[in-house]
Amino acid sequence: MIFEYAPAPESRSVVTLRETHDLFVDGAFTPAEGGEYLTTLNPADETKLAQVAVAGSADVDRAVAAARRAHDTVWGRMPGAERGKYLFRIARILQERSRELAVLESMDNGKPIKETRDVDLPLVAAHFFYHAGWADKLAHAGLGADPRPLGVAAQVIPWNFPLLMLAWKIAPALATGNTVVLKPAETTPLTALAFAEICQEADLPPGVVNILTGAGETGRALVEHPGVDKVAFTGSTEVGRRIARSVAGTDKRLTLELGGKGANIVYDDAALDQAVEGVVSGIFFNQGHVCCAGSRLLVQESIAEELLPRLRTRISKLRLGDPLDKNTDIGAINSAAQLERIRELTDTGEEEGAERWSPDCELPSTGYWFAPTVLTGVSQSHRVAREEIFGPVLSVLTFRTPEEAVAKANNTPYGLSAGVWTEKGSRMLWTAERLRAGVIWSNTFNKFDPTSPFGGYKESGYGREGGRHGLEAYLG
Amino acid sequence: MPVPHTAFAPEATTNRELRAFLHGLPGVDEVGARARAQDLSTRSVKTTAKAQAIDLAISMVDLTTLEGADTPGKVRALCAKAAHPDPADTTVPRVGAVCVYPDMVATAVEALRGTGVGVASVATAFPSGRAPMDVKLADTRRAVADGASEIDMVIDRGAFLSGDYLKVFEEIAAVKEACGTAHLKVILETGELATYDNVRRASHLAIRAGGDFVKTSTGKVSPAATLPVTLVMLEAVRDHHAATGRHVGVKPAGGIRTTKDAIRNLVLVNEVAGSDWLTPDLFRIGASSLLNDLLMQRTRLSTGTYPGPDYYTLD
Amino acid sequence: MADRRHTGKAAKGGEGTGGGAAARVPARLAVRKTYKLYLGGAFPRSESGRSYPVTSSSGQHLANAALASRKDARDAVAAARKAFGGWSTRTAYNRGQILYRIAEMLEGRRAQFVDRAVDGQGLSRADADRVVSAAVDRWVYYAGWTDKVAQVLGGANPVSGPYYNHSAPEPTGVVAVFAPQNAPLLGLTSVVAPVIATGNTAVVVTSESAPLAAIDLAEALATSDLPGGVVNLLTGRAAELGPHLAAHADVNALDLTGAGESAVEFEETAATTLTRVLRPGPGADGGEDAWLDPDPGTARMKPFLETKTVWHPVGI
Repeated sequence: MIFEYAPAPESRSVVTLRETHDLFVDGAFTPAEGGEYLTTLNPADETKLAQVAVAGSADVDRAVAAARRAHDTVWGRMPGAERGKYLFRIARILQERSRELAVLESMDNGKPIKETRDVDLPLVAAHFFYHAGWADKLAHAGLGADPRPLGVAAQVIPWNFPLLMLAWKIAPALATGNTVVLKPAETTPLTALAFAEICQEADLPPGVVNILTGAGETGRALVEHPGVDKVAFTGSTEVGRRIARSVAGTDKRLTLELGGKGANIVYDDAALDQAVEGVVSGIFFNQGHVCCAGSRLLVQESIAEELLPRLRTRISKLRLGDPLDKNTDIGAINSAAQLERIRELTDTGEEEGAERWSPDCELPSTGYWFAPTVLTGVSQSHRVAREEIFGPVLSVLTFRTPEEAVAKANNTPYGLSAGVWTEKGSRMLWTAERLRAGVIWSNTFNKFDPTSPFGGYKESGYGREGGRHGLEAYLG
Repeated sequence: MPVPHTAFAPEATTNRELRAFLHGLPGVDEVGARARAQDLSTRSVKTTAKAQAIDLAISMVDLTTLEGADTPGKVRALCAKAAHPDPADTTVPRVGAVCVYPDMVATAVEALRGTGVGVASVATAFPSGRAPMDVKLADTRRAVADGASEIDMVIDRGAFLSGDYLKVFEEIAAVKEACGTAHLKVILETGELATYDNVRRASHLAIRAGGDFVKTSTGKVSPAATLPVTLVMLEAVRDHHAATGRHVGVKPAGGIRTTKDAIRNLVLVNEVAGSDWLTPDLFRIGASSLLNDLLMQRTRLSTGTYPGPDYYTLD
Repeated sequence: MADRRHTGKAAKGGEGTGGGAAARVPARLAVRKTYKLYLGGAFPRSESGRSYPVTSSSGQHLANAALASRKDARDAVAAARKAFGGWSTRTAYNRGQILYRIAEMLEGRRAQFVDRAVDGQGLSRADADRVVSAAVDRWVYYAGWTDKVAQVLGGANPVSGPYYNHSAPEPTGVVAVFAPQNAPLLGLTSVVAPVIATGNTAVVVTSESAPLAAIDLAEALATSDLPGGVVNLLTGRAAELGPHLAAHADVNALDLTGAGESAVEFEETAATTLTRVLRPGPGADGGEDAWLDPDPGTARMKPFLETKTVWHPVGI
């Protein structure tokens, strides 16, 4: 018998879309001086969601000045306990409005409501709760007896986890007494603007948080502004390099969280069903728009023939479609440009000799969609094994010995994440010790927590976000 | 439609071979299994899908009474309910079977004659299983002789936990033989097996010994049927089918009280074992109070109003 | 071949280099040391064959030092990379033992280093003694850090879920160190010891004007059970070697302390491969005195450590 789940859409009525959004500077929404707006779309159906202001250099000046003023006069000198209470208050409001924010995020980003509801929003609130508690305990963070805020932090975040990346940036900055100017991604600005409203609702002093929307030029103007003391960027390695170059010779502190090409190593003694789940969530969680995605499956040859059919069967069960449907596992690709990049790279994989497989999967006729895809017969030299695809495309490679697994896993300029699947504890630790990556998930994948430092080795960037380690980026 | 392969004949084996086989199965990571079950439990089954699921769940119910205080009157009442769960609505399907103690089999068979509802009898010194082998076999034969179409036996958990897999295997095989044409459900009592690795091993052991179904629990031990346990058992029958082509059924029993619980089980069946198992021939739910909740939700769905419990019979 | 850009006063006195036909011939001619590079545990000349004269603070010629080339830098990176796997996987205890052994070797050569500081840097004997003592003690200090740093900088993270989660520092890899220009022994020690204490390997560009202490130090390193390639010393010019080291894709981090005016250029270059950069600190141009703090803490170790976080489910 066929058991088809009927559509179970989450209601959009919790979200009130405004036609246009202005910049959030010094506690108020104000138009950009240039008067320019960009349109943000729902990638699932290409409908227009709203217009948001494009900040220019004059707006960056204003926002940085407001942040400086707020830092010097209010926030930097406020007792930590009071700062912490603001963060606790923000965390509570985030929880109260989590349904609305989850729906808004799914609409602007294209990711399934299941993920915004069960992963993004709970983590967003958790990040504020966690960091709130640090605000009056910084002397115990192992960073000196009286660590001081750096001043104004310029923060640029990506489109894959818009509100969560905002939380990763703003919560530690504020807890440590810094003020921020944050630029959300061009294609996903709406939850950041909703967060600006939450700052107002929390009576956060004006200028402590400033949100500048815009595209690459806005981000560049922000990170290169001489008035900022700290730059924090999450995004592509290419842009990360440019930022690293631009801060050379300045006193700006820099943390970068960039790309990855994570290996998910499955040994022949792995708990197979859980390994299959981990491989699936490793690459198909958030449509593969995850810098730490397990985009390379390294499976031990002796179980490849057993694992791969199980993997295909499992992938066939993934439900692709309306991001607001509560049963959707795979949502829309965030933008036309990203879809194009995924297509191009995946085609390359095929041209280079990999075998391409996707389940029978009907793609909606409008919007940006890409079926979950597995490339087998991939070798280390293929582009799909080396370049970050940032989409739902898994490259499968095999190995024979643990040494070979580690060598292949490390054979990349990136070093953000890796997975290890084995039931043997000593082998897990042996492997984890040798993997050159900042986050190792053994017998699990894509887990995040505010207490757990996150960040990469090598070209995946530097600095850590989360945990006690993450505070260091914002204290002098 | 796939049906349990009752003609399956277990191959003779040794404890050494069984141990090698069972310990050679892939492990189960507890946290991962729980996470998968939790993830599937967030599936939202609404409107038409919910209506379909409720009727399917009703047809899968093994309506159960296993009390020391059971009487022929109680059993007859249950049987009436099993054949016509909602006397006011003939579109409601009948349940899969009525599940009783062996001494109530004759009563149930009599009450259900001509309804198409099966009679399942627990046997083999249920629920502990602590009786001599000849007693267990006599228990089984008597229930079959009285007309039980299904036998729910318990495994010797003590033997299993002490590593005497051959003893467990041989008992199951012997009971299976005593069943004749009756279907055999093998109760693993997963609440006493402690780990998901053991649930997987016990499932494969029961499957290899000839069980037509693997069943989670007696209902007398807590925890009974949890979603992760059912998940692991569904994986076992799925893998056995992939390897041999033989379908074995799964029956969670104990603790499934609400429509939501039942639907979560069906989602698990659908996404883990696959649609082959979405039939009472291969999936049963052992329950007593569940049926009324299914009926109430059925009414709610068809009428749009919330029903009250007084409108459903208590049996 | 030799690149002699410095033409200081002719050396006089010493061991009979004075001119004139009537020069006094010593009863025994002293044996001079040839100053070479320290690469992969060996002491080769520069592959370029170049050398440059080193003079004392008063301008006396002291010796010719090897003038390391781009290819020497390349070889040094290769040697450091080769040594990294072994050194980084030694136990912290073992690394501590070896660093302590370096202190022992230096202690035995105190007089040599004191003389060097007096002759080369023009320090008073008392100041030289203080600097050498501090340099020896610096190795002892970092010897003690090797097996503490993971506990101080790492630990368990109480994640919200059934997972064991643990963060630990790991060495970033090959670190190119531009040693302080005006602090050739204590400054050098203070920048190199923290890099290798944590399991990194180092390619060090020494003080250009005062490189001899570095080679003296290399002789101590070579006899201290320190595996070859863990520390590689290049005497020469930061401005010449730096661009190659900063751009080298197999260099994981730069310590720009002694990079002087080139520091910004090197930082820009390093951005291409996201090489970690420690910018010159406030005391970068100071003399040995700037490095006297006996407890510099973790500040010079942290920039060359990565944090690795490992998750594992907790279940039965």
